Amino acid sequence: MKSQLILNNKIVEDDWETIMLPKIDVEVKKQAGKVVMFKLTGDDSPTPEQVNNTKFSASGNIILPMKVFLKHKAQLQTRLKNKEIGIWIDTHEEIESFIEEIKDINAFPILAIRVGKFADGRIFSIGSQLRTKFKYKNILRAFGDVLRDQLFFLKRTGFDSYLIREDRNANDALNALKDFTLPYQGAINDPKPAWKKVNRDKKRD
Amino acid sequence: MYKYDAVDQRLVDERVNQYEGQLNRYLKKELSDEEFRPLRLQNGLYIQRHAPMLRVAIPYGLLSSNQLRKLSVIADTYDRGYGHFSTRQNIQFNWPKLEDTPKILRELADVEMHAIQTSGNCIRNITTDQFAGVTPDEIVDPRHIAEIIRQWSTFHPEFALLPRKFKIAITGSKKDRAIVQAHDIGLEFFTDMNQQMAIKVWVGGGLGRTPILGSVIKEQLSWEHILTYCEAILRVYNLYGRRDNMYKARIKILVKALGIDKFRDLVEKEWEFIKDGPNTINNSELNRVKAFFTEPHYIKDTKNDLESHIQDKSFSQWLSRCTQSHKKKHYRSVTLSLKSNHQAPGDATSEQMQYVADLADEYSFGEIRVSHEQNLILADVHEDNLYELWNKAKNLNLATPNIGLITDIICCPGGDFCSLANAKSIPIADSIQQVFDDMDYLHDIGDIDLNISGCMNACGHHHVGHIGILGVDKDGSEWYQVTLGGNQGNFANIGKVIGPSFSADEMPAVIRKIVDTYVKERHSDETFIDCVIRVGLEPFKLMVYGKKAN
Repeated sequence: MKSQLILNNKIVEDDWETIMLPKIDVEVKKQAGKVVMFKLTGDDSPTPEQVNNTKFSASGNIILPMKVFLKHKAQLQTRLKNKEIGIWIDTHEEIESFIEEIKDINAFPILAIRVGKFADGRIFSIGSQLRTKFKYKNILRAFGDVLRDQLFFLKRTGFDSYLIREDRNANDALNALKDFTLPYQGAINDPKPAWKKVNRDKKRD
Repeated sequence: MYKYDAVDQRLVDERVNQYEGQLNRYLKKELSDEEFRPLRLQNGLYIQRHAPMLRVAIPYGLLSSNQLRKLSVIADTYDRGYGHFSTRQNIQFNWPKLEDTPKILRELADVEMHAIQTSGNCIRNITTDQFAGVTPDEIVDPRHIAEIIRQWSTFHPEFALLPRKFKIAITGSKKDRAIVQAHDIGLEFFTDMNQQMAIKVWVGGGLGRTPILGSVIKEQLSWEHILTYCEAILRVYNLYGRRDNMYKARIKILVKALGIDKFRDLVEKEWEFIKDGPNTINNSELNRVKAFFTEPHYIKDTKNDLESHIQDKSFSQWLSRCTQSHKKKHYRSVTLSLKSNHQAPGDATSEQMQYVADLADEYSFGEIRVSHEQNLILADVHEDNLYELWNKAKNLNLATPNIGLITDIICCPGGDFCSLANAKSIPIADSIQQVFDDMDYLHDIGDIDLNISGCMNACGHHHVGHIGILGVDKDGSEWYQVTLGGNQGNFANIGKVIGPSFSADEMPAVIRKIVDTYVKERHSDETFIDCVIRVGLEPFKLMVYGKKAN
């Protein structure tokens, strides 16, 4: 079965092609005293070799790995202007220097974050940062190990698009977006906390 | 105490529905074991040795008599007639059936209780001082902010799947009874020079496999920023905390790897973007929550009933050990010991729960607190009622006069129940309690914290016990490692291992020798821990290991 896509609370056809990296093995380095994004799955991190060997089509809407986009940045400017280029990153990739380099994050009509394992909650902080600190306004997609029970949290941390893991039903997953009516705290999709939205004053006897 | 409004109630009800759906999908095999695991854990459900274990949240350790009655009914209906109060002020049921758990949660929701985030890699139950609001040394009542943090942390979307569990403790008194330095975030309230409420923020403390005391990340934080500042800390942790090795995934490891200064820089940088954001608290929200914690109608007079019973030696022993001073004249806070040698430390039968609920209604405005030392507290008892209360509490073994003494053992469920444990802990507690059964002697040796954990996860907080006992596995059999000099509170300290570990049979004699050493070495009026600090470990080692030392 093909992965089904939810966009803005509806199941829709995916009009983007996600370009994946060729597989190879890399080791994770751990360094004391340095900020390191640890990988959860042992999946590949893009190496120069992988980036060089990534093939993508010459036309149409494509979501490129961030590093692949950077390599071909010059040639992709027209397609970028035509809103044909999106990018994706893994949850262990560092996005801040990329954003500094490309200057306008809103030039991309879509950003996608790949979550390697359900339990990897970094995606929620990445979404929150993109929507606040980096002021990203366009489509934010989650893909990878995306299951029903992350959706409510993804929605609240700024994601509006979810590519459900291929062995799961998106109709079923849609229900999760309505799990809670009024959460306590403010979050990205709805910044006001409950106490600013409804009158919670104790009824005095 | 805090009462649910429609917002709280709907969230808890919706959570039961969500969990029931998750369980049904699991039972229909639509979710694998691995996929269901983080979901059930976020709802306090463990798969244990004999049956699932359900951990129910008792936010900052506060219970109404009705809630305690409900826990008693649940113990009878779905369990084997008892529950275990944990070191995190929660209660655990050891024998529920998996299929019954949604029903249990529905019954809990009826009395404004739940099992949300009592386990799993998320923000856990907020803990605080069991004497909050009534202790004379209090600067700020920590329950108000504790409730605000409880609400903020419940289903916080950004921190739903952290690298590892995350524990926040709050103290508002001069004497820290919440061990804030042993928590992922510790909040210590004080009033600044302008008499404004402020918070000293500790980060990166924790026990477990790698015990580390917290570092101060912020000397003075203005209270309205507490949620956004915690968000900044948690965001840095969520992004950079290790996820490749669960034993190195706690925030303490990140803080240690980066150093507190670098960690602080990262936090401050994130905070810039969310400081003054929508989750900033204001006075009206603080006051709304504060209004739930108003003083009960204290009685100002006394009939001097206490005076007439003070000659009763057993009563006066209990009075000195199990009650403590109260901010109001003629009132005391009473600790009902769950450490009699008739049951495992922290266990209470359904009958005891019912009885304590009745006592709370009669003598303490219908409220009960759970301490991290695993005892139950009636916080507001008038002195005229103490003698009567003592007599009643004795009926169900709730008046053992051993609070703070060596038999007031803090103990995890250990290998009898927990599938993580390397060794049993309850039988060790029991055998030590048997040795120290002479009350006069116990009172003579005075304050000694003895903590037992069945594995290095340290649920029994053995690192901060004056005497700590850790169950270890050596070649498939159970051994016990002893530490000395640990301490909780403002002078928190991690205990040091005295030497090779012991078999279960040896343990009572070992503890006896340690206490004998203290009795021999002490100056007059010197407590056990002060004596250990002064003389060091050598005299204790010599007594315990004899010529075998080193």
